Amino acid sequence: MSDDIWILGISMTSFGKRPESDMIDLAEEATLAALDDAGVTMADMGVLAVGNLMNAAAGVGQMLQKQVGQTGIPVYNVANACATGATALRTAMMAVKAGECDMGMAVGVEKLAGAGLLAGGSKKGDSDTWEPHGRQGAVAPLDGRVGTEIMPGVFAQIGMEYGHRYGGTSFELFARISEKNHGHSTLNPKAAYTKAMSLEQIMGDIMIAYPNTRPMCSANCDGAAAAIVVSDAKLKTMSLEQQRRAVKVSASVLTTDPWEEGCQVLPNVNTLTRNAAKQAYEQAGVGPEDLDLVELHDCFATAELVHYDNLMLCEEGGAVDFFESGAPFRDGSKPVNVSGGLQSKGHPIAATGIANIWEVCHHLRGEAGPRQIPDAKVGLAHVIGLGSACGVHILERSAA
Amino acid sequence: MAQIPLVDYLVLDGEPHLVARECTDCGARYFERRRSCASCGGHGEDQFRTVELPTEGELTAFTIVSFAAPGVPVPFVAAVVDCGGTSVRANIINVEPDPEHVSTGMKVQLGTYSIGADEEGTEAIAFGFEPVDPALRKASDDHQEVSA
Ligand SMILES: [Zn+2]
Repeated sequence: MSDDIWILGISMTSFGKRPESDMIDLAEEATLAALDDAGVTMADMGVLAVGNLMNAAAGVGQMLQKQVGQTGIPVYNVANACATGATALRTAMMAVKAGECDMGMAVGVEKLAGAGLLAGGSKKGDSDTWEPHGRQGAVAPLDGRVGTEIMPGVFAQIGMEYGHRYGGTSFELFARISEKNHGHSTLNPKAAYTKAMSLEQIMGDIMIAYPNTRPMCSANCDGAAAAIVVSDAKLKTMSLEQQRRAVKVSASVLTTDPWEEGCQVLPNVNTLTRNAAKQAYEQAGVGPEDLDLVELHDCFATAELVHYDNLMLCEEGGAVDFFESGAPFRDGSKPVNVSGGLQSKGHPIAATGIANIWEVCHHLRGEAGPRQIPDAKVGLAHVIGLGSACGVHILERSAA
Repeated sequence: MAQIPLVDYLVLDGEPHLVARECTDCGARYFERRRSCASCGGHGEDQFRTVELPTEGELTAFTIVSFAAPGVPVPFVAAVVDCGGTSVRANIINVEPDPEHVSTGMKVQLGTYSIGADEEGTEAIAFGFEPVDPALRKASDDHQEVSA
């Protein structure tokens, strides 16, 4: 017996426009599918952590319980930007690890189809008299006057900054990253968008924030995902089939951004990701060279590039060469975002940090069908939310 | 006409310039009122002093925003400017907002412009950075924003 934690069951709903399902329908769909996948019931759960960002104060966890089972267990309603799903999963795992229970569930759900820009617009119209407000003594809204608050613009600058530091980037390069992910999603029937896009289509689409055009931005959509975690001791009492399909959580790390020059001017998404990756590799006792697939947080094409480097899939400064080598394509040496990533699979925020783990587990179990990465044994899932929070999980196929 | 800066870290007296709040223990710099330092945790009586920033800098990151929240005029260039080792968030002004005219590594200098006068006739002054090279600047355009 060890203090390892295992994923016993996991599910993801179809992402995209789901007008027939409300938020609770989606959460319920994911929950019931995860229970069936694990071969357990709500009565077996000792803790429930439910992530939802857009209704963080609504008590979505208890609303879900009122559909799937009011068993009286503790519920944690979790919100942590785009790392909400990963944080919910960690919440359930920490309860199991602390010995409070031997099984728990994490759910992430979001209704976002048609939501548009999710930040920006501090500009509510100027007032009649200039009067300083807030921590910067601003007399008028700053979005659009002192830089941008919109996510596509923030992450565009992050990609451009990487290019400034190391060279080799261009509008076309970023668009090709997007072309890769849109190509990958053609094999993922649960993705919000399943059509390949040509480079010309991507570069010629509506510009949101140079160099990110619309298909280079994560797709707002509806979706949910759920995972059931179990202690090593409990798993050993379960059926051989359950043990065989269980996926080991070799590392689970959550970091925030440490102070660095400029970090409050343009968010630094690099250092906290690198810190999380380092800790995760150490916890798991594996290195980036051991990974068979990676699902990383490509909220924008410009973000995917910097995370090749931050997750140490390449040498420092070598992200462009890494991409040019073909490594992150599904037939390359280090497949990245074979699900289609956030740009094509979609990004129902709170679901994302569990859905990327579902994708990795699917491959580790050998159940990924036409998009299976052959003989996948180890995978990594990464999310980052601005503010910032970074979650990294390393998952390993069961030896049983 | 009376003037007021858009933000309190823009100083209009004399040559317009930006100021930062600098931690007296670790040197971390901020553009807002603070009591304690997120870098070193210091929170003494005189934890911060005001320091002037150079008015010239280098563009280290930018984006050209073409799609923004309602009421925000587009396109505009949002950027990070390295002013002598201190990163500053700003718009790039007096430039064509396209990738042929804006590039990282470009030398830029502080500029100010009016965003309009309020009921009492006080004019609010905003800042941005413009290319040092006059050839890169937009021909004959005073960056003027008309306020509501
Ligand atoms: Zn300090």
